[in-house]
Amino acid sequence: MASTADNHYFVPHGAYWPLVGSVGLATTTGGLAVYLNGTSVGMTIMFAGVAILVVMLFGWFGTVVRESERGQYSAWEDKSFRLGMSWFIFSEVMFFAAFFGALFYARVFSVPWLLGEGSGASTHSVLWSAYNEIWPTNGPTNMGESDFHMGWWPLPFINTVILLTSGLTVTIAHHAVIKNNRTRFIWGLAATVALGFFFVYLQAVEYQHAYNEGMTLSSGIYGSTFFLLTGFHGFHVTMGAVILLVVLIRAIFGHFTPSRHFAFEAAAWYWHFVDVVWLGLFIFVYIL
Amino acid sequence: MNAAVAETDHHDHGPAPGLMRWVTTTNHKDIGTLYLWFSLIMFFIGGAMALVIRSELFQPGLQIVDPQFFNSMTTMHALVMIFGVVMPAFVGLANWMLPMMVGAPDMALPRMNNWSFWILPFGFGMMLSTLFMPGGAPASGWTLYPPLSLQGGMAFPFLIFSIHLLGISSIMGAINIVATIQNLRAPGMTFMKMPLFVWTWFITAYLLVAVMPVLAGAVTMLLTDKFFGTAFFTAGGGGDPVMYQHIFWFFGHPEVYILILPSFGVVSEIIPTFARKHLFGYSSMVYATASIAFLSFIVWAHHMFTVGMPLSGELFFMFATMLIAVPTGVKVFNWVATMWRGAMTFETPMLFAIGFVVMFSIGGFSGVMLALAPVDFQYHDTYFVVAHFHYVLVPGSIFAIMAAVYYWLPKWTGNMYDEKWGKIHFWVSTIFVNLLFFPMHFVGLAGMPRRIPDYAVQFADFNAIASIGAFGFGFAQLIFVYVVFKCLRGGEKATDQVWEGAHGLEWTLSSPPPYHTFTDQPIIK
Repeated sequence: MASTADNHYFVPHGAYWPLVGSVGLATTTGGLAVYLNGTSVGMTIMFAGVAILVVMLFGWFGTVVRESERGQYSAWEDKSFRLGMSWFIFSEVMFFAAFFGALFYARVFSVPWLLGEGSGASTHSVLWSAYNEIWPTNGPTNMGESDFHMGWWPLPFINTVILLTSGLTVTIAHHAVIKNNRTRFIWGLAATVALGFFFVYLQAVEYQHAYNEGMTLSSGIYGSTFFLLTGFHGFHVTMGAVILLVVLIRAIFGHFTPSRHFAFEAAAWYWHFVDVVWLGLFIFVYIL
Repeated sequence: MNAAVAETDHHDHGPAPGLMRWVTTTNHKDIGTLYLWFSLIMFFIGGAMALVIRSELFQPGLQIVDPQFFNSMTTMHALVMIFGVVMPAFVGLANWMLPMMVGAPDMALPRMNNWSFWILPFGFGMMLSTLFMPGGAPASGWTLYPPLSLQGGMAFPFLIFSIHLLGISSIMGAINIVATIQNLRAPGMTFMKMPLFVWTWFITAYLLVAVMPVLAGAVTMLLTDKFFGTAFFTAGGGGDPVMYQHIFWFFGHPEVYILILPSFGVVSEIIPTFARKHLFGYSSMVYATASIAFLSFIVWAHHMFTVGMPLSGELFFMFATMLIAVPTGVKVFNWVATMWRGAMTFETPMLFAIGFVVMFSIGGFSGVMLALAPVDFQYHDTYFVVAHFHYVLVPGSIFAIMAAVYYWLPKWTGNMYDEKWGKIHFWVSTIFVNLLFFPMHFVGLAGMPRRIPDYAVQFADFNAIASIGAFGFGFAQLIFVYVVFKCLRGGEKATDQVWEGAHGLEWTLSSPPPYHTFTDQPIIK
């Protein structure tokens, strides 16, 4: 054969999974849209769509895992996967940037303008002259009628420690897989997954606390930015923990070698990404 | 090599038989073809919407459609043309050409490539279905400014989710292109040896990955503001409707360069071929493209000079915007310098490329006018703006896509297209496109507002001329369809090089190229 694995790129055979994924995405979002328009059957359609997506993920990733375990990928394909994952994480960073941008814009511009700064002088004096909250605020109309805000102590601080620790355990697991220490690799991963889900649990406790105090999504710009930033972050932590769980199961089944463990590394990069986003949240949403 | 590997290794096979080939394909040429056909179909759908607009505006007064539907047409026309025509056409060209230009076996992530395409029909199915919903299709303009965009009917959540789907598709397409260019270049193909089309797409893909998620974030905030009680864009809750405009245009301005940078690449391939000279100032072209991309991130608020920004903001965004004229001027200079004393011939792709240079420059000049904050106070939301962005998008991006199709069609099909009808297509399109858009400068400067179905009688003559131009341009595109079909069915056989002055890896392949290109990478010296 003329070509070797080194200069012969693996172009996979055709697959139905992308089409299944498109049907799943359209069903999920279409169902949610129907539900938002006030027809409750939309929720059922949405969950059917989510189920299709889950089937797609199992099928698609299953195929890729089998190909990988058969040794069909060389260092060349491995690099494509790494590039793809890096650029995907960059796109996720930009998604969070939109919401951080909204937070900064509200704090630096829109709230001071409502308080009468700069060109907002007449807005303030004519419309809302009694408004004097700086931050956190639920706006001049006192939206949601709750002034409660989330401090950084104790739950958010504990969550910071948890996530930073999980960043450490996933790094321990990484060093272990490189040194082929399977036991430490598996235990490092298991600790990371456990810490990840524990973080999500504590976030749920914190949300319940906020809602009990009357602070909700509808509590003006503070509630909006708080819940969308922490909510999307919590969703990403959940996804990251599920990804690490799959990697853990694969590790228990004996997958990954000291030189070939891209799936683990991708999950670890993703985990570090949610870690860093959390640090941003902890500083800008909770402390400042 | 073990049996399992051989069993799934289809490198030496042709396409799978039957229609399912197109659904399951992982081949970059098949997927490129799918993108291009999808784009052509959407071009006629978006064009039909434009003709509804021009019919209503043929005379002053309300005669054909009601104002709500008119607003739906302006909104949907823009969304279809941007996300359904220009972007998919360029991704289709990238799919076809990038692997052949860099000496790669295929795209880097072939299955994801399939998914990027197959999300599109679902996304647009969802978006176009809003035309038939109670309350009608979205009518707030494609920019979806709140609070107006939140006041629609049932269409709203479907519109938001369709934008999410199109965003997912674009991001995956862009990631694939970046990974291909970074990882799959043949040995010896250094970055500064890459063809300009590859370079411009490399930078465009970076812009896509950077800003499509920001659009997703912006429309997500619209969705939660409407359905979940958030107050991002409600002043009463401490938010600000203008905040949406900032987030949207942080996406929107890089987006307009996403629509034009690949055109620069196409034109930079075609002009050297037909001038039979090397591209003048290759490295300055690369740096100019990168500069334009960088500047695109710091000029967004020039779309909103009239919303009441602080003076320092107006000044910053004005001067930053004017800077863009410098790298763009470098590009136009280089194209002209490439033609200077060249052995020029004027086949159809070259005609479209020269038409691009001339008419894109007209759009560029009106862009510099709009960049000036004090005069923009006058031009904002008038037909002058409509004239400006249609000059850069229609005789700009669309002409570049047409040029690219004529240029590479013989390579794709193995047949030469009908040169006579190609030239007729060019001249009819060029005459009518100017008849369509040039008068809009005049009515705009005289004060005719955009996105209004009626107008003062003083604007009647120019509007009638523009509408005639619109129908002429629209029906001229049927010539294009005829030429493409005729070429697909046969014609004079194309040589491997196709064009006498063509250089580059794609011209070393047979016409049409084998189903799997470059299973063994060529060495570039």
